Amino acid sequence: MGNEQATFRVVGTRPVRPDGVDKVTGRAAFGADYQLPGMLVGVVVRSPHAHARIKSIDVSAARALPGVQAVVTAADLVDLPSEVSSGGEAPINFRHVSLNVIARDKALYEGHAVAALAATSTAIAAAAAALIKVDYEVLPHVIDVLEAMREGAPLLHPDLFTTGVAPAPAAASNVAGVTEFSLGDLAQGFAEAEVIIEREYTTQPVHQGYIEPHAVAATFGADGTASVWCSSQGQFMVREYCAKLLGMDIGQIRVIPAEIGGGFGGKTTVYLEPLALALSRQSGRPVKMVMSRGDEFKATGPTSGTHVKIKLGAKRDGTFTAGEMTLKYQAGAFPGSPAFLGGMTGFTPYVFEHAKATCYDVVSNRPKSAAYRAPGAPMAAFGVESAIDELAQQLNIDPLELRLKNAATAGTRTLYGVKLPVVGYVETLEAAKAHPHYSAPLGPNQGRGVASGFWFNIGGPSSAAIHVNEDGTVEVVTGNPDIGGSRASMAMMAAEVLGIDLAHVKPTIGDTAQIAYSFMTGGSRVTFATGKAVIEAAEATVAQLRGRAAKMWKVEPNEVVWREGLAHCTRVDETTRAPFTLAQIAHQAGRTGGPISGNVSINAAGAGPGFGTHLCDVEVDPETGAVKIIRYTAIQDVGRAIHPAYVEGQLQGGAVQGIGWALNEAYLYDAQGCLLNSGFLDYRMPVASDLPMIDTVLVEVPNPGHPFGVRGVGEVPIVPPLAAVANAVSRATGVRMTDLPMSPPHVLAQLDRAKTAS
Amino acid sequence: MAVVILQSDFARRHTGGQTTLEVNASDYGSLLAVLDRRYPGLAVSLGVGMAVAIDGEIFPTPLLQAVGPDSEVHFLPVIGGG
Repeated sequence: MGNEQATFRVVGTRPVRPDGVDKVTGRAAFGADYQLPGMLVGVVVRSPHAHARIKSIDVSAARALPGVQAVVTAADLVDLPSEVSSGGEAPINFRHVSLNVIARDKALYEGHAVAALAATSTAIAAAAAALIKVDYEVLPHVIDVLEAMREGAPLLHPDLFTTGVAPAPAAASNVAGVTEFSLGDLAQGFAEAEVIIEREYTTQPVHQGYIEPHAVAATFGADGTASVWCSSQGQFMVREYCAKLLGMDIGQIRVIPAEIGGGFGGKTTVYLEPLALALSRQSGRPVKMVMSRGDEFKATGPTSGTHVKIKLGAKRDGTFTAGEMTLKYQAGAFPGSPAFLGGMTGFTPYVFEHAKATCYDVVSNRPKSAAYRAPGAPMAAFGVESAIDELAQQLNIDPLELRLKNAATAGTRTLYGVKLPVVGYVETLEAAKAHPHYSAPLGPNQGRGVASGFWFNIGGPSSAAIHVNEDGTVEVVTGNPDIGGSRASMAMMAAEVLGIDLAHVKPTIGDTAQIAYSFMTGGSRVTFATGKAVIEAAEATVAQLRGRAAKMWKVEPNEVVWREGLAHCTRVDETTRAPFTLAQIAHQAGRTGGPISGNVSINAAGAGPGFGTHLCDVEVDPETGAVKIIRYTAIQDVGRAIHPAYVEGQLQGGAVQGIGWALNEAYLYDAQGCLLNSGFLDYRMPVASDLPMIDTVLVEVPNPGHPFGVRGVGEVPIVPPLAAVANAVSRATGVRMTDLPMSPPHVLAQLDRAKTAS
Repeated sequence: MAVVILQSDFARRHTGGQTTLEVNASDYGSLLAVLDRRYPGLAVSLGVGMAVAIDGEIFPTPLLQAVGPDSEVHFLPVIGGG
């Protein structure tokens, strides 16, 4: 389909969401809602220390308590070798996954699981947990990324040697790896520069903040097979990881996806699931485990805290000549921060002939970092987009014009080497310039910030099945949890191809036994990749419908066309053949060859990169340092919006999470490395009353790699806000903000420092 | 011949610093085999944790992907997301 000129009947409309009624009436079943006969309560015993050697664990008293049915430690999971293999979102070391689920020899952060048990009641489980005696040898700890890199810093892993450097280091360190990307000749680029901006920036680790905590119900059958009900971003991921950690075959585990109350990347790994399975295996009874909010903050993956250094060179007319970034990202307790993704994304919105990124992946005594919307990109963009804003001020050039002058287009070579395909970055900048927001007047103590952002978006393996029911209604089964409205978009794309009313299409998320493998919901891939599978399954279904109509008319299949939900016969003779509806063909399916269905599994390529540009107005109270967002507009190239209201919601959600990151969110630790603010009262995320309505503009530059032009949309909108807000505060106050969060005490301190300096 | 472009740090460790290589191959699998013959062990290093971009399109698992005589091939870390 030539999607540039395509007109659509269903795509681009805003129908009521298919899962909405169940969710607002409380019928939707989330991870914690499952009840099974004889189910036990599972709890986790966690380390009170940020770093400690586990000398011994005595579970005898707990095991002897009446009502306790099972107690597990790391000894109940497979002691896996340390090796990198292809697995989930990225290369994965399953030993690290296992050690993060439950500590074996060392506890590496406060909240690290050291044991788990299952009992007949919550009270008994809590009492038993208190009876587990762990003998710790407390070790020095390190939290901050720069401190963790210093020589002599407390070492988390004595066998961790930095990868990516030559020669290979002789001594272990907390630097797990170094990745470089380079383009051209950096020295030449800076030699050509007439202006150079060089700054250091810091961001704090922030949590994904999903409302629903991790929760699981698991049971073993008498035949050794297991079933798991849980909220995750991938039922196939949970199945694979659990099988690996428990030494089971993948086919022995069935994972049934629950509704998910937010993930944002934080549910792309396992925490409780292997423990619940191990407890069920030991006890022979179903086990349910639910994290508290405190557990979430102490033991599940936030994104990295970072130290970012940017050097930007330009001509006086604003043309960029060189860019260099040095990124140091906290990985948490095990290697695997998204530093390299920051290096790959930060400069991508711009044309650079000479550029370089050096990315450090650093372990420290914090929970292992997990993906968070466009992992790694917002922190790098904070540095790059802040430096660009400062450059615009120095050169007295409008910040949008400066970006337009250097904007990447199709064919621009990125720092990671690949040339960009068709993209709509320039279109987002033009839309920002034309938006009334950009020309609206500002009042006293107010400032306007501009920032842009990029995310790759990915494809990958996806499966879809379409079943035509006897009455002509249609089931669409896919294998990806619906986090951002994918059920609606799957149904809409199927209805578009089939040419039928959306009300006749029912989307379902299949479990691991009901639909073929699908990669996780992540990377902004589902509407693109699984949508492509749905479209192909619908096209296969149409081919069958044409064949069945041909049989009913006794003509050849190529004499039947499918148009607007009807089979039309193209043969011209003395016979009159009225078009068949899908329902008429379905009703006769038994007589024409049996049930009609389309099943497709693909490895989707052709994902279209996404760019966004955000405008932010703030007002800063000079007495208190408080920052108020007074207007915010998120503009993004979305390729083609299947359900525009959902897409707008993605832009608004990403912007709000980014604003929280910019203004308030941070983990506060005491001197022992223990978290002080492990709840939403003290970990300050934005709420509705903190913000104005987030305005959105959907720019549609269709992705030629998708039949309808879809690009992923869920991650780009969290990339620009950190810098958009910082640039607005910097312009409102006249003081450059380089450290997040810009909480009132921090802003006030910066204003006071500036006053003192002047 | 297809042109294979490696990131400089990867090239330092595996190809003696040579970042641009010319390879005669019709698909990704045979391209990898040629590179491995030239630099023994390279295929293993490129096989774990690396995606490949052929003429601008990124493939996480590209074994059978066609490579043209004028193709540009880049290796890059596997990209995930949240």
